[in-house]
Formats: sequence, structure tokens, C-alpha cells
Amino acid sequence: MTMKTLLAGATLALGLATGAAADGHEPVTVGFVYVGPVGDGGWTYEHDQGRLAVEEAFGDAVETVFVESVPEGPDAERVMTQMALQGADLIFTTSFGYMDQTIAVAEKFPDVMFEHATGYKRADNVSTYSARFYEGRAVQGHIAGQMTESNIIGYIASFPIPEVIRGINSAYLHAKEVNPDVEFKIIWAYTWFDPAKEAEAATVLIEQGADVILQHTDSTAPQAAAQAAGNVVTFGQASDMAEFAPFPRVSSIIDDWAPYYVARTQAVIDGTWESTDTWDGIGPGMVGIGEITDAVPAEVKASAEALVETLRSGEYHAFSGPINKQDGSAWLAEGEIADDGTLAGMDFYVEGLTAEIPQ
Amino acid sequence: MITLEKRPQPSRVWTFATPVLAVVLTMICGGLLFAALGQNPFVTIRTIFLDPLFSEFAWFYRPQLLIKGAPLVLIAIGLSFGFRAGIWNIGAEGQYIVGAICGAAVGLAFYPTESFMIFPLMVIAGALGGFIWAMIPGVLRVKFGTNEILVSLMLVYVAEQLLASMALGALRNPEGRGFPGSRNLTQYPSATSWINEGVGMHWGVVFAFIAVIFAYITLSRHIFGFHVRLSGQSPRAAKFAGVNPGLLVLICMGISGALAGLAGLFEVAGPAGQVSIDFNVGYGFTAIIVAFLGRLHPVGILLAGGLMALTYIGGEIAQSNLGLPGAAIQLLQGMLLFFLLAVDVLTNYRVRPKHKVAT
Repeated sequence: MTMKTLLAGATLALGLATGAAADGHEPVTVGFVYVGPVGDGGWTYEHDQGRLAVEEAFGDAVETVFVESVPEGPDAERVMTQMALQGADLIFTTSFGYMDQTIAVAEKFPDVMFEHATGYKRADNVSTYSARFYEGRAVQGHIAGQMTESNIIGYIASFPIPEVIRGINSAYLHAKEVNPDVEFKIIWAYTWFDPAKEAEAATVLIEQGADVILQHTDSTAPQAAAQAAGNVVTFGQASDMAEFAPFPRVSSIIDDWAPYYVARTQAVIDGTWESTDTWDGIGPGMVGIGEITDAVPAEVKASAEALVETLRSGEYHAFSGPINKQDGSAWLAEGEIADDGTLAGMDFYVEGLTAEIPQ
Repeated sequence: MITLEKRPQPSRVWTFATPVLAVVLTMICGGLLFAALGQNPFVTIRTIFLDPLFSEFAWFYRPQLLIKGAPLVLIAIGLSFGFRAGIWNIGAEGQYIVGAICGAAVGLAFYPTESFMIFPLMVIAGALGGFIWAMIPGVLRVKFGTNEILVSLMLVYVAEQLLASMALGALRNPEGRGFPGSRNLTQYPSATSWINEGVGMHWGVVFAFIAVIFAYITLSRHIFGFHVRLSGQSPRAAKFAGVNPGLLVLICMGISGALAGLAGLFEVAGPAGQVSIDFNVGYGFTAIIVAFLGRLHPVGILLAGGLMALTYIGGEIAQSNLGLPGAAIQLLQGMLLFFLLAVDVLTNYRVRPKHKVAT
């Protein structure tokens, strides 16, 4: 209770301070909380690119601050509180695991706006945003299914949350579509960023015969492991990872947060910020597909690019029926399209995947 | 030239002076490092070491020091018994995790019943969980002569897998939409370890102080403390003094395990709030540094825990206010241990200028 009272007092003082800022005397401060280091070359790197885009777009009118490698837990809560205390007007918390902390801190600072990436809890001053990465996974699966010769595709998964399961399902469906014999081997790394663990997972998958590695972790370590193996195909994750092109990295899913971050910062400056839930895909440009290199046969490249276009235009949905669940029960009928609610809470594999979701 | 001359007895003065010297050297070298990064070294050092205590927002940071320091002190006190006796429990992180799981499981089993009995039961379960996890390497060493360093360390990874499986399975919040992680214990009044969140008081802080006093009395006034010290200094003499080495191993492992388990329980029921896949953030390992920084002395550990907490919190302030990279803070913490070990030489050796010998 005391904490709340104290913080309420502080917020009041800050409210007055930010009131002054609105007059244009002080820059708007935008804070970013990162789960990995800005140099991870993947997830956090792209969020930081978004931050830099905000700096570039607004110049002196906006100041940005960030803290990197913040563990998901009480440390995150402290970092957010500290940012809010020091006068941040808008705070982006860029990992799923910051969800409860974001909500808790937002409650204490009603005048500070929060944006939580990939979560599902909102409040008057907490928005959520995420990208439809599964659209990119569909393209990956499409290419991977045709690139594999051993018919074994390795998948380095992070945590068994709906976002990751969705990615596995989407990649598998589209790999199987072009290659009915394809098999997925999945390793759960239980981390978003741990180069050593990721490299180890990649090596294990390669030893098990995988000649394509998909990753849902943030470092470039699996790319390096594939490069060392010589004949293994990879895809850039979250960031282009172009330093591993044209081989092993043959394409990538790129998260482009910059337009969203700039738009949301603009909304705070204009005073039009509202709590929203954004889930954008290839169409609005939040998900980008990195250049498909010449290591991919021309006809595969052409069909993959065609797939990207149908996803972009909305003509095709990555989860279009008929699709059965892993246990054989029907999920989507012919011509049916998955609804966002089911996708957001996806906790099952589709038919054909042999692994089990860890319990 | 200088020479080192072994002291007949470790110097008492230097025993107390070396930690201070190590801190001062860390500040100097840290300052140079920050200067090389283009920061004002004095402002940076002040931000890290003084701002959490005396800045404008110190009312927020001071309680955070208690929150961050309590688990470190609690675990380090437990470790200090074994370390003094030459029993190396490196796996406090695992015992911390298992304590948290057991304690939280008891609390969650009673949800949503409210009773004053629940929290004490959780405390007992937490201590017992850590105790049992520590007994595995303890018993293996006594019965089969295995190396407790390896076994306890390996069990950390087992505990992490157990934690993941609990967060995904048995302890998962049934109302969590399939997302991993248990119910939030801080929203369950009978099960939370918070006493007053505003001033950073939770039962872990209370227990940490009790543990310091208890350890001080045991080590300086009780025959058990004498046995512990004797075993570390001279195992043979200890045998003649009637120390049962096997029993001593079990007791020391048990104390450290139980205290680490308690630290885990207080953390999960308070600052962390829930059992989640990445609940542990390395307190069990950092506590080893704290134990040595504090000279394995209870009061020293209390101070060292505070100092370590200070570098964490000050480090975050420096990151967000000064834009210092996170790795620079970790480097600073590493330097602290390095200098401590380096200047340790002064405790056991005398430094003398070497007289030139005429030829």
C-alpha cells in the first residue's frame, strides 16, 4: 500500500513534469526494455533498430533510453519502474515474459504509456503488439521442404508458448505441402538468447540428420554451426543475418518494428495514444522476408516469392483448412481459415508432427 | 624488484582490508574502462555506487537493495559453512529452484483457501525441497566418494528442466490461456512472502538477517562452528577432535541447501510472484562470489550482499541513464571477484622490496 501511495505521489509530480513537456519544452522520452543484448543480431537487435528509427524520425524532440539483457522477472519490474520514475513517457517492453511486470508497473504509473510485445494482457495505458511471424514461417517451410534431401528438418524452439507452436505448425504445414515425406525434429532450448545452447542444439540436430535448421531463438550461433557443417541450410531469425548469406542462410524472417515504434511515439506526442492490440504481418510490413539467395533453385525461389505475395495481399492465409490436429481430430474444414483467437492461444500441434509439446 | 614472503599467520589486518582494497581497485579500473567507453568515469562510478543510495529516487532504490540482496545473503550464509569446511556446494542455484517449486506447490495446492497456516507450511516445504536436493550430492559423497562439486553443479541443470516441466505442466495456471507459468502468488494473500512491498520487506529479508546472526553465533560460539573451521584448516586434526567427516558433509550440505531453498521460496512467493520457466536468474551462482567477497564471515557476507545488490541496481541506472552497455556492468562485477582473489595474496604474504645483491 505504502508503495502505491509513494508511487502515486511520484506519478503526480511526474504528471506535472510531463504536463510541462507537452508544451514542447522538454523532449518526449521513450524507454525500451530488452531481453537480450542489442548486439544479438536477432530479436533485440531489430527492436533496437526500431529505437534508432524513432531517434532519427524525431531528432531532438524525442529522447530514447534502453536497458539490455533484462531477465524476465523482478528485475524487469525494477527497470521499468526506474524508467518511469526518470521521466519516460512511453515504454516498450519487448519480451513475452515481461507481461505481468508491465501490467504491475503500468498500474502504478497511469500517465506513462506502455507497449508490451507479444503479450495478451492490456490496460488503459498498456497496448500489446506482435507480428504474424507465422506468415514468414510458411515461406520458410515452403523453401525448407524443397531444400531438404534427408527429409529431416531441425527446429530449435525456445519456449512452448503459442507463438512458437504456431511457428512450428505453420512451417510444418507448408513443408509437408511441398514434400510429403518431410519430418520435423524439434529441440526446446528454453531460452531466447544463449549462443552456447543454441549452437549445441543445432549440432545435435545436424548429427540426427537434419540438413535444414529453423530457429526460434535470437542468436546467430545456429547459423555458424550450420556453416561449420557445410551442407546445412538455415534461415535468418528476427533479423536478416545476411552475414551468413548466400549459404547457409538462404532467406530470413525480418521483424520490422520501426514503423510501429515511430507511429506510437507520434501518437504520444500528439496526445492521441490509445490502448490497442496490434497484430500485423507481411501485408503491413511488420514481417519482412529477407532476400532468397541463389543457393535456392530458381523455381523454388519463384514459388516462394509467389507465396509471399499471396500472403501480403491477404489472398491466402497460412492456416487454411483442411487441417487436422495432431490427434487426428478435425480443426479446420476445407476452405475454413483459422480465427485469431485460436491462433493466439495455440497449444496443439497439427497432424503429422510426431513430437509432443513439453508438459 | 619485489619479493613475496610467506607470513607465518594470515594477516588479520589484511583479512579485513583486502575486500575494501578490492572494491577501490575495481572502482579505479572500472573508471578507466568507462572512460575508454567515452563516459565520465566519476559520474559513472557515482551512478553505480551512490545513486541507488542517495539520488532523487533513492526512496525507490533502497528497498530494491533489500530485495536483490536478501537471496544473495541467505544463500551465501549457507554456502559459507561448507566452504569453511572444504565442502564445495556449487549447486545452490538448483537447490534454490527446487525450494521455490516445493514451496510454491504447497501454496498453490491450497488455492484459494485463506489461512495463516499456509505460508509457514510453504516455508517448511521450501527449506525441505532445497535440503533434499542438496542431500543428493551430500549422500553420494559420503556413501560413494563422488565429487560434490560436479554432482551439485550437474543437478542445477536437472533442476532447470524440472522447473520448466513444472511451469508447463503440474503448476501451470489453469486460467493462463495455455501460457506457461503458475498463478501469481503475490495475488494470493495467504501465500505471499511480502510484508510490505513499499519498503522492500518480505520474509526473505527477515530470514536473511536471522541467518546472519545465527551463523555468527554458531561459527564463533558453538562447538559445531569450531568443527567446521577445524575441518577446513586441518582435516586430520578434526578427526582427532572427534569430528565425523561424513556427518559434517551432510550437515553443511543440508544447511546450504535448506537456506537456498528458503531463498527460492521467498523469491517465488514475493518478488518473482510465480513459478516460470526462467524463474532463476543466477542468485545461486552470484552467492558464491558474495560468500568469498564477505570472507566467509557472516557480517562480511551481509556487507558483500549489499555491495553486489548495489552494483546490480546501480548498473541498471547507469545503463538507462548513461547508455552504458550491459556487458560493462558484468565486467565490473567480474573485476570485483578478480581483484579480491588477486589482493588475497597480501593476506598470506608480505611484500618486500628485494635488496640488490652486489656481484
